[in-house]
Amino acid sequence: MSAPSPLRSMQLAGCATHPIRFVDGDAPVDFTLANDADVESIAADLAGYRSIALVFPKWADGRAYSQARLLRARYRFAGEIRATGEVLVDMMPLLARTGFDAVALRADQSKEFAERALSFFADGHYQGDLIEPLPRFRRGGEASA
Amino acid sequence: MYRYDEYDRHFVHQRAAQFRDQLERHLAGQLPDDDFRALRLQNGWYVQRHAPMARIAVPYGELSSRQLRALARIARDFDGRDGGPYEGRGGGFGHFTTRQNCQFNWIALADAADVMDILADVDMHGIQTSGNCIRNITSDCFAGVAADEIVDPRPYCEILRQWSTLHPEFAFLPRKFKIAVSGSVEDRAATAWHDIGLVLRKNDAGEIGFEVRVGGGMGRTPIIGTVVRDFLPWQEILVFIEAIVRVYNRYGRRDNLYKSRIKILVKAEGQKFIDSVEAEFANILSKDLDGSAHLLTDGERDRIAACFELPEGVAPIVVGNDPKTRLANAAATARKQASGAAASIPAAYTRWLERNVHSHKLAGYRAVTLSLKRAGQPPGDASADQMDRAADLADRFSASELRVSHDQNLVLPWVRASDLPALWQAAREAGFATPNIGYLTDMIACPGGDLCALANARSIPIAAAITECFDDLDELHDIGDIDLHISGCINSCGHHHSGHIGILGVDKDGQEWYQVSLGGADGSTLSGPSTTGKVIGPSFAAEEVPDVIEAVIDTYRAERENGDERFIATLRRVGIEPFKVAAHAVRRATAVHA
Repeated sequence: MSAPSPLRSMQLAGCATHPIRFVDGDAPVDFTLANDADVESIAADLAGYRSIALVFPKWADGRAYSQARLLRARYRFAGEIRATGEVLVDMMPLLARTGFDAVALRADQSKEFAERALSFFADGHYQGDLIEPLPRFRRGGEASA
Repeated sequence: MYRYDEYDRHFVHQRAAQFRDQLERHLAGQLPDDDFRALRLQNGWYVQRHAPMARIAVPYGELSSRQLRALARIARDFDGRDGGPYEGRGGGFGHFTTRQNCQFNWIALADAADVMDILADVDMHGIQTSGNCIRNITSDCFAGVAADEIVDPRPYCEILRQWSTLHPEFAFLPRKFKIAVSGSVEDRAATAWHDIGLVLRKNDAGEIGFEVRVGGGMGRTPIIGTVVRDFLPWQEILVFIEAIVRVYNRYGRRDNLYKSRIKILVKAEGQKFIDSVEAEFANILSKDLDGSAHLLTDGERDRIAACFELPEGVAPIVVGNDPKTRLANAAATARKQASGAAASIPAAYTRWLERNVHSHKLAGYRAVTLSLKRAGQPPGDASADQMDRAADLADRFSASELRVSHDQNLVLPWVRASDLPALWQAAREAGFATPNIGYLTDMIACPGGDLCALANARSIPIAAAITECFDDLDELHDIGDIDLHISGCINSCGHHHSGHIGILGVDKDGQEWYQVSLGGADGSTLSGPSTTGKVIGPSFAAEEVPDVIEAVIDTYRAERENGDERFIATLRRVGIEPFKVAAHAVRRATAVHA
């Protein structure tokens, strides 16, 4: 598998830059996992995929966030996880934090706004995620315990 | 109460900045309605019948006087403001809700980002007060002060607040998700009616844990939550809730709005749901990268708990050695001071002491309810001036702290018993001293069809008519403790399912009708285990409702035993039938249906 772990690349980058790649809606992908399919059903095949597309049939349907998180944290999938379907710029922070590293934005969406959507909360969030696995209370600094 | 540090403060300001960016794109035509809706909802901004509605979070009901003054300022300067689109529409009010939030009904969307900035300056926000995400955590309004408290729930509420705030995986669930936490013998947070209801307990070894219920809820299909764990060690709470919400996010129904709450999944799957949660919980801890990172540590619990130590200037007041003597002394002092103020005071004051003053875990202290249930104002409403006055009372008598109660009142949690006479006078002058807490007129009611776009019927005029009908305090006292809950539609924001008397607004042929139910319970000691009330027959016309309530109450008074049997006890003993007959006898407009 040639792609570096997105987890590692993000940690090395110190979260200063996000590693999300913009791709065209019709760009080829090794496998598309249906929005209502179980990640567990493809666990045995993951080693054969360099990229997996997850689907947002409607942007407010959040199932693919759980799928991405499971692919990364439980099955250690290190290839590309791409957001497809109705992908809006304001989803970017959630996508980045649940393990996506590629997005095919809906045709009318602006990359500039997508970048800007990632500029908020530079100090991170309370709970751990796929960018910073530790919750605030286990990180260094005044809140560590 | 919880003290924001720099991180927390920066965080809510970032949220306000992010929302301003989204709002500006929306107002500039770059973010269409459909795409903006979920974003504004997750910041508390609805678009209602006539105007936007802003729902501001009061996490687990704790509010400082400074924060309440900011809410007053927003009511005064933004709610129906002069020169704005909603001028003259009756703005200038805040409405406190059963979920301990504060709502405004007449703020222009164009002002929304400015309002969020003002809130951020006092450590407040509207994060996740709406939308299909984990909502504001609610709790007991007497948390940390209740005499019957086993474990103070506030530190755990705050830990849950932080964990659920902008959780990236759980922002777009099938439907909204509500968590309530209680830590007392008495459940004052209606935990069994929530998507997750947590009750803090100590085991025989003195260790702290949670009883965990899942799948309670009202709406079209009222269901009491199922206990899935009797005693979950507190350290595991975040991981266990992560497991529950993940199972729900993956398998909850998204094809039908009315079947998308977790209660439907729990009911449909039964033990299989519980097994899935337990398997997910085990998988997180055993298989996931950093899966155990969200197990809570003593250090974190202690760091948060330190915020909830006694407020400055508050300490047990010891008068003599024997607790009974202490209480008697405090009461005697209070009575002496009261009777010195005016000759007519004692009777009214005594009634206020009985109804609005509550026992406290700290010697020499009381918790006091400021009633937001009075003639001429909708239940739970407070004007800008009233909010300022309540803030003044908190500064003078309660360490600058208040609570919002599930019953839509305000509470002063840290009142010295010796200050009660002075507080009573001041609260009376400010219109907060109606001694009706727990009585029929201390009703729960949603804003209803006057303001809410979802409502089928109005709640406020029904509440007003009943309040007018039962304005005699002696009569209210004679009727005694009773829960009257009014919802303007089946979404059940007014919790009609759990009222001893429940009133539900329904729409038939474009007209307002009201279904009356009896015997619901919120899970309190008075009400008994949580249960749904039974509908007593076809709906009534609006003008019949006060007569129906009167007939039901008259039946109770005729049937009760020993003169002191409570309404709910009489109802359970004699059954619904005599109440039903009496209610039907007063039908006029709907007589043909009966």
